[in-house]
Amino acid sequence: MIAARGLTKRYGPALAVDGLTFDVLPGRVTGFLGPNGAGKSTTMRLIVGLDRPTAGTVTVDGRPYRGLRRPLWQVGAMLEASAVHPGRSAAGHLLALAHASGIQAHRVDEVLGLTGLGKVAGKRAGGFSLGMTQRLGIAAALLGDPAVLLLDEPVNGLDPDGVAWIRGLLRSLAAEGRTVLVSSHLMSEMENTADHLIVIGRGRLIADTSVEEFTRRASGGWVEVHSPETSRLAQLLGEQGAAVGAGSDGESLAVRGISAAAVGDLAARHQIALHQLVTRRPSLEEAFMALTGDAADYRPHRAAAAPGART
Amino acid sequence: MTQAAVPARAEAPGPRGPLFAGIALAEWTKLRTLRSSYWTLLAAAAAMAGFGALLCAAYARHLTPASRAALDPAAYSESGFFLAQLAIGVLGVLTVTGEYATGSIRSTLTATPQRVTVLAAKAAVFTTIAFLTGLAASLAAYFLGQAIFAGKGIQEHLGGPGTLRAVLGAALYLAMLGLLALGLGALIRRTAGALAVLIAVLIFLPVSVGALPAAWQNHVNPYLPSAAGQALIGPTKFTPPGHLLSPWTGFAVLCGYTAAVLIAAAVTINRRDA
Repeated sequence: MIAARGLTKRYGPALAVDGLTFDVLPGRVTGFLGPNGAGKSTTMRLIVGLDRPTAGTVTVDGRPYRGLRRPLWQVGAMLEASAVHPGRSAAGHLLALAHASGIQAHRVDEVLGLTGLGKVAGKRAGGFSLGMTQRLGIAAALLGDPAVLLLDEPVNGLDPDGVAWIRGLLRSLAAEGRTVLVSSHLMSEMENTADHLIVIGRGRLIADTSVEEFTRRASGGWVEVHSPETSRLAQLLGEQGAAVGAGSDGESLAVRGISAAAVGDLAARHQIALHQLVTRRPSLEEAFMALTGDAADYRPHRAAAAPGART
Repeated sequence: MTQAAVPARAEAPGPRGPLFAGIALAEWTKLRTLRSSYWTLLAAAAAMAGFGALLCAAYARHLTPASRAALDPAAYSESGFFLAQLAIGVLGVLTVTGEYATGSIRSTLTATPQRVTVLAAKAAVFTTIAFLTGLAASLAAYFLGQAIFAGKGIQEHLGGPGTLRAVLGAALYLAMLGLLALGLGALIRRTAGALAVLIAVLIFLPVSVGALPAAWQNHVNPYLPSAAGQALIGPTKFTPPGHLLSPWTGFAVLCGYTAAVLIAAAVTINRRDA
């Protein structure tokens, strides 16, 4: 389990992480989400002790990372994609890490095989594609067969096969009871992978919740209406107390606070033709955008973004 | 949750062996899996033996009675240290700054958060390799030089007064200077910056001191890291000029500078973000 309490990191005048408190629990994939620059990578660096917090604490299984004697046995981390010397072979890189951690050398071949790098084990990492470099980072994280895994943007640079592979890997690792924290700036990546979400923006916690709850909280649905008489319909809907905004294509209406059936009935009563009447649910991506929009725009943080913010 | 499902492997066999030995083995693995290590060590050895032999051959070619009398064959054959120290210094700097430049330091410190131990292991492995390479090159330089001088009827043997000290001293000087460079690398973290300081210490400082009035030079020069350490490779046949430090005192001064830089590096490595 990873536990952050009031975790804060300041780089000069910039507050990269601002009082984060959260727990990452075992047995599920926790998605760590936020727009670029939200403080995800900094938080991960703080977890593994590369940076010192300005205030607050973060522990892994109850101990600060820098107090762990041979942490690779407990924690595997893939931080930036290139934490490898380009002149060193994949096998050489992993072997050095294994020696430093008292892990037997045969484990190097195992993780190379597991990540599909067996054939390029002797090749210099500098010649690797981004996807292969990512796989090498994942191999290093798995080296000690740890119960806690941290992966920073692992899907970056992977082809569709690789993306599917890593999703399966993360799910199976979590199913084995491990603690898995995966960061991403793309919500859609997490949609099929994560069970739980920790969402941050501008270094602050925005949400710490299940995927379903996150979508529900972010926004209710709305009704999209296409009609040749949008302005008249909009006026009638407004009189019914519905919130009417412009739809995604600019020609339709996005209506909130009223059901699709009620919109249809109203149009029929006033003999307004409807070309399309659709109930929309926000995707995880849209929920994410709605919640982090403020944070990404460097506006003051609000506890819950208004669903109407998009219209 | 399903904590019990965590594979027992994560805890059961556990780490093997003592911490420092494992980290030292890791540092040795890192050194030997980079081609640049071989090239810089080869360059150092070639400079030491090759440049030394070249100087000896040049000296032997234009031998006069005066130059014959002034010759200190053992010390002269070790002259290649002047070039070799640059190659060893570069490797010392790169041993640390190469990790920062490529980001591999993050892998290293994530595997071993005991940063001072990492620095100590790096220093131990590098110094050992630098000393062994230096010793091989120094012996080669000595025997090449003596073979050249033997052709002119100048005989010398390792058992002569101060001879072994000069030959061993060249290796010790190179290793200690490389360690100083490694400390500079750990303190400065940037290859260019650390190399600039190293070159300043080895070349710019002695030249600058040479521009001082002679009376001042005699007070400053012996205590420069380069001059102090090089006292160990100094004359074997002649008594060194009075203002120079004795061989082992000089070497101790170089060790002092190196220790100061390493201590500063050890203090800062724990405080700074990696």
